[in-house]
Amino acid sequence: MRMSVLILGAWLLMALAGQLPSLDAYRVSMPEIFLAPSWTHWLGTDELGRPVLDRLLSGASVSLLVALTTVSLSAVAGIAIGLVAGYFGGLTDRLISRVIEVFLAFPGMLLAIAMAAMIGPGIDNVIIALASMGWVGYARLVRVQVLSLRRRDHVLAALALGRSDLAIMRRHLLPLVMAPVWVEASFGLAAAVVAEAGLSFLGLGIQPPDASWGGMIRDGVRYLLVAPHLVLAPGIVLCMVVLAANRFGDALRDWFDVTSRSTR
Amino acid sequence: MRSLAEQMLDTLIVLFGVSTLVFLLLVLIPGDPVDVVLGESAQAADREAMRAALGLDRPLLERWALFYADLVRGDLGDSLVRRQPVAGLIAQRLPATLQLAAAAFVLVLLTAVPLGVIAAWQRGRWPDHLAQTFALIGVSIPNFWLGPLLVLLFSIALAWTPVSGNLEPGSLVLPTVTLGLSMAAITTRMVRSSLLEIEAQPFLRTARCKGLSEAAVMLRHALPNAMLPVITVLGLQLGGLLAGAVITEVVFAWPGIGSLLVDAIAQRDYPVVQGVVLFIALSYVLANRAADLLAARFDPRIRGDR
Repeated sequence: MRMSVLILGAWLLMALAGQLPSLDAYRVSMPEIFLAPSWTHWLGTDELGRPVLDRLLSGASVSLLVALTTVSLSAVAGIAIGLVAGYFGGLTDRLISRVIEVFLAFPGMLLAIAMAAMIGPGIDNVIIALASMGWVGYARLVRVQVLSLRRRDHVLAALALGRSDLAIMRRHLLPLVMAPVWVEASFGLAAAVVAEAGLSFLGLGIQPPDASWGGMIRDGVRYLLVAPHLVLAPGIVLCMVVLAANRFGDALRDWFDVTSRSTR
Repeated sequence: MRSLAEQMLDTLIVLFGVSTLVFLLLVLIPGDPVDVVLGESAQAADREAMRAALGLDRPLLERWALFYADLVRGDLGDSLVRRQPVAGLIAQRLPATLQLAAAAFVLVLLTAVPLGVIAAWQRGRWPDHLAQTFALIGVSIPNFWLGPLLVLLFSIALAWTPVSGNLEPGSLVLPTVTLGLSMAAITTRMVRSSLLEIEAQPFLRTARCKGLSEAAVMLRHALPNAMLPVITVLGLQLGGLLAGAVITEVVFAWPGIGSLLVDAIAQRDYPVVQGVVLFIALSYVLANRAADLLAARFDPRIRGDR
């Protein structure tokens, strides 16, 4: 748990460092191509002589930006839709459930790949593609809980007091469903990082010359024989971040799960 | 338990929704798709021909109806680039993908079930920790990095396996591991937690009390019951293998439907993109439903009633 927080913190620092104006992430220098890691270039240079470390930091900014935006957009949309479905029930719920079912019918990144293929590459479009796939998880989670909560006494009391539907959803239901949403969000963070890198790897995400971890792996694969560090560096960082976010989600879930807490 | 007819109707509605969503993807293309495909300087006659080929000269609702009329006949339209029916292109590439997916599925069964059983059996001890670590790492390594990593280790450093393609013997090994690892990891977790949940059930205490050996309790009583959620998850992942194959096939230049999709995206061959996405999504839905039916069949509680 402590390790995960540390790694996620390091990711944040890298992302901030990725915004430094002194970075050389875009400086092409043909005499310096494929340099192995050294004191001047800690992680070596790539096929255009650009320092890998600088590009890694720049890629950290991109992945953090995409992941945080994607997760926030997905969560807000998913929570709202889930609340509406669970609270109003009936036909509204049946319709929304159908839509959720249809979105869940696309395995893995397929829908994001298809969306990105149609709307084109670029950071904004990656976020749109990932969020259009990501909201479903939150919606499903919130809906199920609200369904079981909406007949609770405190909700009925609020109804009897004439509180509006919106106020009941916001003040009396939302706070009660947030715990699993946080868990879902930290898994969602890991998933968004992988998905952004995956889209960029396929050439559907962040476009060159902008740096992204997936794009670095994509470019590096061509030079696997001469310069394996081009693939190793972004991959290791990517895995650490994903691992940390997943561990964090696990820890969060155990912490929220009172039954597992008390048995320990 | 819902009736079979209800489940069929349910499946049909989802299939309908999925294909509508895939149909609507074409609407998302910003600007005029004809410009995107042909470039802005194309001849007027070519543009009209392309417009007709994409069906853009008709209103959306009519296109939607035509899309379904074609779909039920198995017609997914024609490729803009290769001038061939999309369904034929998929049929050409499908065997390679199925081979890869089947190999990965076997890998998952051979690793995840034993690992999960051992982890549950030795709960809290080192085999459990080892299996858990494997599961966590497997889930966290994305396949577009695992692939190059395996190539680096086994093809370049050790020279045991070919780098890419599917023509040489042994070329199936690395793509299979790349595709199967994360699924094996998820399934290992699932088998373990499912067994641990069963562990608390009274019928296992009964089995132990009547003097059965621990192995018999595990294999005859715990495992069959624990397999139900596992079968459902395997069904979920079987279809997921088709989607995961997209990236794996690109990494290893494997000539399946995944590389067909990515090539089509690069060439802006929209009918092929639509067709492959639709095919994968529909297979996924059907695999899930089949797994649900299978799980119901294998349920020892239901089986006893027949």
